[in-house]
Amino acid sequence: MSDELIRLSGVGVEFNAKAVLQDVQLTVKAGEIVTLIGPNGAGKTTLVRIALGLLKPARGEVWRLPKLRIGYMPQKLQIEATLPLSVLRFLRLVPGVTRYSALAALAEVGAEQVIDSPLRNISGGELQRVLLARALLRKPQLLVLDEPVQGVDVAGQAELYRLITRLRDRYRCGVLMVSHDLHLVMSTTDQVVCLNHHVCCSGHPEQVSGDPAFIELFGQDAKSLAIYHHRHDHDHALHGGVVKAHVHGPDCNHDHA
Amino acid sequence: MPDFLLNALLSGLALALVAGPLGSFVVWRRMAYFGDTLSHAALLGVALGFLLDVSPTLAVTVGCVLLAVLLVTLQQRQPLASDTLLGILAHSTLSLGLVVLSFMHDVRIDLMGYLFGDLLAVGPADLAWILGGSALVLAVLVPLWRPLLAITVHEELAKVEGLPVAAIRLALMLLIAIVIAVAMKIVGVLLITSLLIIPAAAAQRHARTPEQMAGGASALGLVAVCAGLSLSWFKDTPAGPSIVVSAALLFLLSFAWPKRA
Repeated sequence: MSDELIRLSGVGVEFNAKAVLQDVQLTVKAGEIVTLIGPNGAGKTTLVRIALGLLKPARGEVWRLPKLRIGYMPQKLQIEATLPLSVLRFLRLVPGVTRYSALAALAEVGAEQVIDSPLRNISGGELQRVLLARALLRKPQLLVLDEPVQGVDVAGQAELYRLITRLRDRYRCGVLMVSHDLHLVMSTTDQVVCLNHHVCCSGHPEQVSGDPAFIELFGQDAKSLAIYHHRHDHDHALHGGVVKAHVHGPDCNHDHA
Repeated sequence: MPDFLLNALLSGLALALVAGPLGSFVVWRRMAYFGDTLSHAALLGVALGFLLDVSPTLAVTVGCVLLAVLLVTLQQRQPLASDTLLGILAHSTLSLGLVVLSFMHDVRIDLMGYLFGDLLAVGPADLAWILGGSALVLAVLVPLWRPLLAITVHEELAKVEGLPVAAIRLALMLLIAIVIAVAMKIVGVLLITSLLIIPAAAAQRHARTPEQMAGGASALGLVAVCAGLSLSWFKDTPAGPSIVVSAALLFLLSFAWPKRA
């Protein structure tokens, strides 16, 4: 109870008389990474919007820690072509941010080189990092990430997930994220919630990946998970404590193993 | 300088000054059609002003503000796309305004003046409205600047970060409504949005920050007003359209100007 940041119980939503979410339970605690996985149209983004308070559920209860500071990283950011905005100005849309603190946040996510670039000119991977930096500038107790590795190549994806884990370790914040990438997510998450309009199964990754409901939902993919999981553990151990000296751009293809 | 020319110049300059930053938001948020709708409805405001025997400027201001609120409400409650809804409201309010005016046989009004502006007929009372309205809009816009930028970049992100998004959006619409009411006398209901959009679009190519674009748009607007008025003075062309033509020329020139690397 004490370190719970957000708790959803019995949440239900319909769009056009079609049930999108039914009786969903979800809890995120401080220092915990909770990953929502599920097929397209399973209601993952809807659930995230409810957790954020952007959408009111038709049924059920949403409890948030009073004055909970949320750092939100939206699924995509489309900057109007006519709006001239540098990365620094984008970060400074959060009140109280100075160039110094913006640079620190960018360094944290390994993107300090883009601070003065126009937001529209940076790569997909850099944009994801900048969005993450903006979420960090809020000094969040809870990070909410909607498909954080979208538009990032495979090497960069693993790197981003490791970054999210490091940020969790450093700030002891809770993390709620949506992901499609079963393999990559499994080793970096504490709790997996497998969603298909309702919670099919949830728990620790090992537990979930053996669950019949999970295997039914993900079929072939589920079987290959054990291998990926092992390989990634190995990777991660060798990669060690990380970064600062060399900034891993999303396009770095060198092997960490 | 004759009084009427001074009045025209001052009111044109005041409008250009506020139209820069506000027009930038119209461009960034793709609200051009929204502005058009409000300005077309302004003629209905004029007609109602005569009908209820209140000052047309006041009637237009109140009418535009009410329509802005109505639009926001309608957009949230019904399934038609915004541009369809705006199209319906723009043309039906303009037509309704014309029909209502035609019933009022005892009022002689200069319809062309309302449609295309009558800048050289701006009197001291009009000038006071225009200066006051512009000052009010600028005063509200300054503290709203960052929140407005934040919701323009990403509304949901802004909302999660604690900004009252609906209120800020409404405030922007109200500011646009006020500017339209103010600008009607200057360029007329059919040309108002051009003063919001053209300078902002011309400044866009060379701006590196939102403020540069807003400031550049104001500066280009000031130039367009001066150039348009001069044209009107020396060549006896209609003042409002002359200003718009000058702005459009500046827009074309912005392409000729080499872009900084």
